[in-house]
Amino acid sequence: MEQTERAPGIGIGDYITKHIREYGLLFALIAIMAFFQVVTGGVLLRPVNITNLFLQNSYIIIMALGMLLVIVAGHIDLSVGSVMGFIGALAAVMIVSWGMPVWLAMGACLLAGIAIGAVQGYFVAYWKIPSFIVTLAGMLVFRGLSLWLLAGQSIGPFPNSFQALSTGFIPDLFGIGRPNGLALAVGAVAVLLIVWQGMRTRARNARYGIEDEPFGLFVLRNAIVAAALLFVTWKLAWFRGLPNVLLSMVILTVVYVFLTERTTIGRRVYAVGGNAKAAKLSGIRTERLTFLVFVNMGLLAALAGLIFAARLNTATPKAGFAVELDVIAAVFIGGASMSGGVGKIVGAVVGAFIMGVMNNGMSIMGIGIDYQQVIKGLVLLAAVVFDVYNKNREA
Amino acid sequence: MTALLEMRRISKTFPGVKALDNVSLEVREGEIHAICGENGAGKSTLMKVLSGVYPTGSYDGQIVFDGQVADFRTIRDSEDRGIIIIHQELALVPQLTVAENIFLGNERATRGVIDWPQTFSQTEALLAKVGLRATPGQLVDSLGVGQQQLVEIAKALSKNVRLLILDEPTAALSESDSQALLDLLLELKAQGVTSIIISHKLNEVRRVADSVTVIRDGASISTIDARGGDLTEDRIVRDMVGRDMANRYPERERRAGEVVFELKNWNVWHRDHRDRQMIRDLSMTVRAGEVVGIAGLMGSGRTELAMSVFGESWGRGISGQALMHGQPVDLSTVDRAIKAGLAYVTEDRKTLGLILDETIRRNTVLANLDAVATRGVVDEARETEVAEGYRRTLRIRTPSVFQKVMNLSGGNQQKVVLSKWLFTNPEVLILDEPTRGIDVGAKYEIYSIINDLSREGKAVVMISSEMPELLGMCDRIYVMNEGRFVGELEGHRASQEAIMSLIVRE
Repeated sequence: MEQTERAPGIGIGDYITKHIREYGLLFALIAIMAFFQVVTGGVLLRPVNITNLFLQNSYIIIMALGMLLVIVAGHIDLSVGSVMGFIGALAAVMIVSWGMPVWLAMGACLLAGIAIGAVQGYFVAYWKIPSFIVTLAGMLVFRGLSLWLLAGQSIGPFPNSFQALSTGFIPDLFGIGRPNGLALAVGAVAVLLIVWQGMRTRARNARYGIEDEPFGLFVLRNAIVAAALLFVTWKLAWFRGLPNVLLSMVILTVVYVFLTERTTIGRRVYAVGGNAKAAKLSGIRTERLTFLVFVNMGLLAALAGLIFAARLNTATPKAGFAVELDVIAAVFIGGASMSGGVGKIVGAVVGAFIMGVMNNGMSIMGIGIDYQQVIKGLVLLAAVVFDVYNKNREA
Repeated sequence: MTALLEMRRISKTFPGVKALDNVSLEVREGEIHAICGENGAGKSTLMKVLSGVYPTGSYDGQIVFDGQVADFRTIRDSEDRGIIIIHQELALVPQLTVAENIFLGNERATRGVIDWPQTFSQTEALLAKVGLRATPGQLVDSLGVGQQQLVEIAKALSKNVRLLILDEPTAALSESDSQALLDLLLELKAQGVTSIIISHKLNEVRRVADSVTVIRDGASISTIDARGGDLTEDRIVRDMVGRDMANRYPERERRAGEVVFELKNWNVWHRDHRDRQMIRDLSMTVRAGEVVGIAGLMGSGRTELAMSVFGESWGRGISGQALMHGQPVDLSTVDRAIKAGLAYVTEDRKTLGLILDETIRRNTVLANLDAVATRGVVDEARETEVAEGYRRTLRIRTPSVFQKVMNLSGGNQQKVVLSKWLFTNPEVLILDEPTRGIDVGAKYEIYSIINDLSREGKAVVMISSEMPELLGMCDRIYVMNEGRFVGELEGHRASQEAIMSLIVRE
């Protein structure tokens, strides 16, 4: 029998080996950032570029949150890129062409996303049609519909109030300006919250005798995270402060971490992905849960579509093309399992950042889109091979 | 008779565990040799060493096969020498035909082009030899488990088998299929095939084995020659568990209360074949504190009955009445059935009962997650307490409840499934093959748990293919055949003969 409980006096090295996946991901992100920082001659971590990194990747991260749930539940959604593009087009038609109020159009777009998710989820959950097929169909349908909506043209520009969704910054409440006081304050508070939460978890784990990381490692890991956070907020403070998008991203991430780890509904999604039959015989309404997971995905894809359109300030027929692949790749790089039941929100977010930093770094270096694709593909393969290798070693 | 196989002082160490410690095994030419031992005793490891799954050099000791020292590096090496293992989980491709399965990887072909006439005629000969009435072109999918087992044996025979190893061959078989399989083994023996049979079913071992080797805790304890007649089940059990087990079933006194659960005129049609009625006009009652058995052959509809009752999880066109305490209840979905006070422990704990990749703790609360949550947020402290509680009371052997379920032995996994259902606080527990694939010691513990539950006033329905178990545990036994109850026996008046004759008489 394999022991997973820690014997007293186990070394830091042993602990890392056992949790190589989680630490590996963090180290990979740091290593990739360090690499590009050097080869781009320090451009990567300039305040303006860090701000850009968040703006460029926000829609991928937001969709990765939903995709993680879809994949954990044992499914896949290939339509998210098309849906994102379609919703952007819908927003453009409603706001620019029809002159609808921004808030009303945004509400309608989010509802449309929910409806799209509901239709796809209905066929997957209740008709038991494989999600690959349903969402492949959705991908074609919504790609076609956005072409039709836009009549092959780009529609823009959007009013400022809509653009603010993506390119706006939170006003500095402390009125310092540069550096931005609010950004610094938020960074400091976030660090305190993370450390406090970590200590609380440690205390609870100790109370129940749950295996926990050695204290030295805990300090080191938190020090790295805290340093990174303070560094990023410091840099942001020297540009224009906190982007609106960053705020929505962080809030959504926290909400989904809570949802997946602490709520009954999150637990049940993992159970369905881990063993749908056993979950069903345990009284879990597996169909309804699958349905909801797709509804949620539709909602997030719609939100991503709005953010993307707001950033480009125009809706184009090409928006969202092949984005589903980046989203899915991010989730798998983050350690989710294709067979369902395994995966974490934080992993998916870090996976999305790894993809984002690579995109950004390679673009700064002037590497062609051809090589970029090849390299991203190889990184995805390497991450999954690493996963499988570790799994085999455990067995 | 000379020895066909000698395994001398085999030791195999995994990181931190000594799985085999100086195990020796001698199998004579032309005999049926049984290997008995509790789960985790090292039987499978020994067979993996023999078949080359663990290559030579990864273990200590020597294997002599057919007078030659054997250095198997792969399974292929051992198969080339005629050592063939048939695993408990059959390795057939359901979507291929019988003939294709038998010659899979060993095709009758010239330069890669398959010779179908030869394949089919040889398949027919092999099927006749194992006594399977199927056509070579039939899909394996359409055969029952017992018949698939025979296809596996035919496959082994196609490879000029010298030593046939069967791992728990009858675990999933009905009584009559088991008998047929054992008869086949005896017949193959008469034709000169040597075999090793790994089994928990001691009556079967006694019936066919010429000698028995008992393995306990990774060491060979004894080899008993059965031909001398000094082989008794008690002797094997004693060697297996290392102690006398005078009574394989804990004492229970009958204390049946009022009727808790009742089925009236229950009818169920087949899920896929709409014209096949699987349960016919069936009625039953279960009282508080009573253990009621359902006996019957494989395919008699026992599991289908249980699953149709439990949230209509199986079948279609379900009709009839279900009553709890005399009041009609709605059992149309699993969560309604749970709310009504039913719990169903499935026969297949790995695919239907547990989420293997999750911890004990999470599996324990799965069916009643709301009880450890407030407004949809799980209270992990409460969850841990619940799981810890069951770990103690059911004596689940594990370092902690944060252990993944897949790392547990069969008996402990079954206890986790039981914990899950006990936490829903049911009034009626339906146990489907509660001790399948579990070793003798753990079985006794499961029986004790069942007795404790009935003492608390729970009504227990126990479905089992092992008749001694039903006779040892039940106050009352329904005998089922072809979707109907064909008889009802009081526990003290039941016997294997009485049950069989009720089934056969139909």
